[in-house]
Amino acid sequence: MATGDLALGELQGVTNTRARVINDFSINVATVNGSGSQSANSVLLKSIFGMGVPVSGKNLFPSNIAGLPTWYTIRASKDGYVARKRDAEVLVAINPETARQDALALPVGGVAIYEESLNLKQYRDDVAFYPVPFDKITAAICPEAKLRKLVKNMVYVGAVAQILHIDLSVVESGLRKQFAKKPKVFELNFGAVKAGYDYVAEKFTKQDPYFIERMDETKGKIIIDGNAACGMGAVFAGVTVVAWYPITPSTSVVEATTDILKKFRITPEGKATFAVVQAEDELAAIGMVLGAGWAGARSMTATSGPGISLMAEFAGLGYYAEIPGVIFDVQRTGPSTGMPTRTSQADLLSVAFLSHGDTKHVVLLPGNVMECFEFGGAAFDLAERLQTPVFVLSDLDLGMNNWMSEAFEYPTKPLDRGKVLTAEDLNRLGGFARYRDVDGDAIGWRTLPGTRHPKAAYFTRGSGHNDAAGYTEKPDEYIEVMERLSRKFENARKLVPAPLTVKNGSSNVGILAYGSSDFAIREAMDLIKKQYGQDVDYMRIRAYPFAHEIHEFVESHERVYVVEQNRDAQLESLLKLDLPAEQVVKLRSILHYNGLPLDAQTVTEEFATKEGFTGISPTHVEDVEAHEGAIAS
Amino acid sequence: MATTPAAPKVNHIGLPVLEYRGGKTTLCAGCGHNAISERIIDAMYQMGVEPERVMKMSGIGCSSKSPAYFMARSHSFNSVHGRMPSVSTGAIMANHTMTMLGVSGDGDTASIGMGQFVHLLRRNLPMIYIIEDNGVYGLTKGQFSATADLGSKLKTGVINDLPAIDTCALAIQLGATFVGRSFSGDKKQLLAMLKAAIAHKGTVMLDVISPCVTFNDHEGSTKSYKFMQDNDEPINEVDFVASFDEIEVDYGSGEVFEVEMHDGSNLRLHKLHEDYDPTNKANAVRTLMEAHSNNEILTGVFYIDTKKPTFTDLLNLVDEPLGQLPQSVTRPPKSALDGLMASLQQ
Repeated sequence: MATGDLALGELQGVTNTRARVINDFSINVATVNGSGSQSANSVLLKSIFGMGVPVSGKNLFPSNIAGLPTWYTIRASKDGYVARKRDAEVLVAINPETARQDALALPVGGVAIYEESLNLKQYRDDVAFYPVPFDKITAAICPEAKLRKLVKNMVYVGAVAQILHIDLSVVESGLRKQFAKKPKVFELNFGAVKAGYDYVAEKFTKQDPYFIERMDETKGKIIIDGNAACGMGAVFAGVTVVAWYPITPSTSVVEATTDILKKFRITPEGKATFAVVQAEDELAAIGMVLGAGWAGARSMTATSGPGISLMAEFAGLGYYAEIPGVIFDVQRTGPSTGMPTRTSQADLLSVAFLSHGDTKHVVLLPGNVMECFEFGGAAFDLAERLQTPVFVLSDLDLGMNNWMSEAFEYPTKPLDRGKVLTAEDLNRLGGFARYRDVDGDAIGWRTLPGTRHPKAAYFTRGSGHNDAAGYTEKPDEYIEVMERLSRKFENARKLVPAPLTVKNGSSNVGILAYGSSDFAIREAMDLIKKQYGQDVDYMRIRAYPFAHEIHEFVESHERVYVVEQNRDAQLESLLKLDLPAEQVVKLRSILHYNGLPLDAQTVTEEFATKEGFTGISPTHVEDVEAHEGAIAS
Repeated sequence: MATTPAAPKVNHIGLPVLEYRGGKTTLCAGCGHNAISERIIDAMYQMGVEPERVMKMSGIGCSSKSPAYFMARSHSFNSVHGRMPSVSTGAIMANHTMTMLGVSGDGDTASIGMGQFVHLLRRNLPMIYIIEDNGVYGLTKGQFSATADLGSKLKTGVINDLPAIDTCALAIQLGATFVGRSFSGDKKQLLAMLKAAIAHKGTVMLDVISPCVTFNDHEGSTKSYKFMQDNDEPINEVDFVASFDEIEVDYGSGEVFEVEMHDGSNLRLHKLHEDYDPTNKANAVRTLMEAHSNNEILTGVFYIDTKKPTFTDLLNLVDEPLGQLPQSVTRPPKSALDGLMASLQQ
């Protein structure tokens, strides 16, 4: 293990005998909320991406506008692992308030790039130190004092690029893209990058083992956050009415949707083919969505837990009166206000059964940004086909963080606008009963307000109704409608996105999970294999009601671990309601709910404990030693 | 004074009044709400509104049941308690070519629905918003609502010790563009106001005192038939001349405030209060507040503004209803997605 001070200025000429760590480490940038570090972090992320190296970025931020600590973690992974990693090997310490804790959190042999005045050497001596006078450098290149706070961030981008050997030309082209329409801003920022780059080159020789080297793994790929992908999905599904109330972490779903609508849905005459309304609260937002859905528009809202609670009554109306609408729920932690800027998967049960009475909902569960796009679109088809509100359950990790993805494909399937009768249909039919199951699919035909036919109108109500939409309190009529709704929900099992079988048939142990847990689970499967020699099968659930394949998966395994990000094992609970008793006993739970994104180590450790693996399998010790050696030689 | 012509067998779009009727009412005999339903039928019939082009909205309560009792040929949405405004807002966004008429109650509007009501007013949503105002909750057997007057008495003897919310003053202040109060027992005034309401573009807020014969029609109530007969104080005599009416009438200048409506019809307000100007917001609110302190129930058209842009004007929508736009309009072309993808690539 390395000992002594590795600060390069003082150890010039010392030969580095440590093994290089290439494209397989994390960078943690510790700054202050409101300091404008976001665009610098984004440039850094895109620079690594530009080097062709698989990368992901996570913003760990407080519920605050300015002044509180915030961390941005960038993970470079040659193997394509994009989940959160517990430890970051490279620290960029800008925030004095957390500098000590940040420095102490570094693994032995890590890297500290920091504002010189923070003097991190006082806390430990077993990491590589790169003290940089960011403020001084910034002052020299940025005459305008009020811009310095922002420009300073670009200086650390330059310093990091130099230390990790990221090509300056890649940083430059990323920056040029970011400030495409503002050449002066580009010049100023790139000047700052170069100043940081040059300062490090001049003062230090590299003493740490971490390198970014060119790969070819990102060609054609995009970087996007899940919220923007959801918004894009909605627009390419023809969303027309958007009603919303701002709430973290869902706000950017609507912001993205609105931006794209403004770009592509204004006629040559300057008229809008869409309407976006910021409602007075979430009650009104969902009310508007249902009003618009009833009158024939593809409508959506986006919210998070507290908004979901407020939408409960209307969700029941939508279910019972059978009105389409799409609700994006980007989950954050609860209960109540919880930690608004931390991620979780704790809304599943409340969304599945949102509202009083016998209410249940179709819930889509995207597991990556591509599915945010696809399900963001499919939700509208399903809502109109099934004539019911459809929820898309994302989370803060998926929604607000940057993910790499294949480019999204243009949808070729025509929009499915569901069963709607026109005036001509009514001429032919002579009339209709709104809630009658005439086709055996448990879905009635509807008409839209304004249909010019004397028999077109019907009375929409949340009160007891018969199949002709007439008010009823008759037991038989009530039950008839309720049972049809139940059949409709059963049929939805076949219409919603089928589960994804990631791996099957190689093990008697399985994992079930949904959403953003996917990234950590895929990595954990490799870790479990590597550390314990155990194969694990894995199926990712992509919608509720559950498809039959999920039953088969449980049936064909001895034990099935349900991995999820909440305290109460909500997915497991929902599965227990659905599975036969002999399958229920096979379920085990792996839970993670501290507000941080799920990581592979947690899954691996929990799995090992529950499987009774003590220590590391002897056949794999060699690998692990080699791995540790890379860090601590 | 102007009169509309005697109702012919069919109206000017060729429909008999029967085509404007609804289901049989289930409200109490003598309920003011039934009279209001009748006036809505008359007004829609006389104005020749195509029933299929009307959306009937409501919340929850006795009043909100009433859309089932008129205009069966119109699409209707009986939503949840206090939330008619948001559903209406959504519906009008999806199809802004429709005439929208909503029926709410005093509880549905001024208590549980206040949050959405004020924002509907603020947006000047193009709809006719009728409050069937009886000061009590009927379906739950007679509790006071927030429009019950200070000092009014329940059947049980309980006295209301909180001031009434004046929905008209609120509506004027917050941005509705046609605000009035009427009484379910005043056929002529209510009919004229409803017809003008149909011609108006923007939020029409009509507070119609509509006595609850079961729970609030007794001595000591300020929302009873008797109390209204004794205390109804019209601020103007409302006269409406539709664009297709041919009757010319004489009136002395200076006595009539004439408003030209969007569709070319005329609203004539014969002044009963000295120099009352229904386009002066501040004065309208002051007049209402003064009337409260004098224990007068003012009725008539308090405020009108035919110029203010409506909610859908501000949205700058295409002419076609948004809900009926084809995929070729609503799904952007492949080139749009390709461009977006290119901007996200390295």
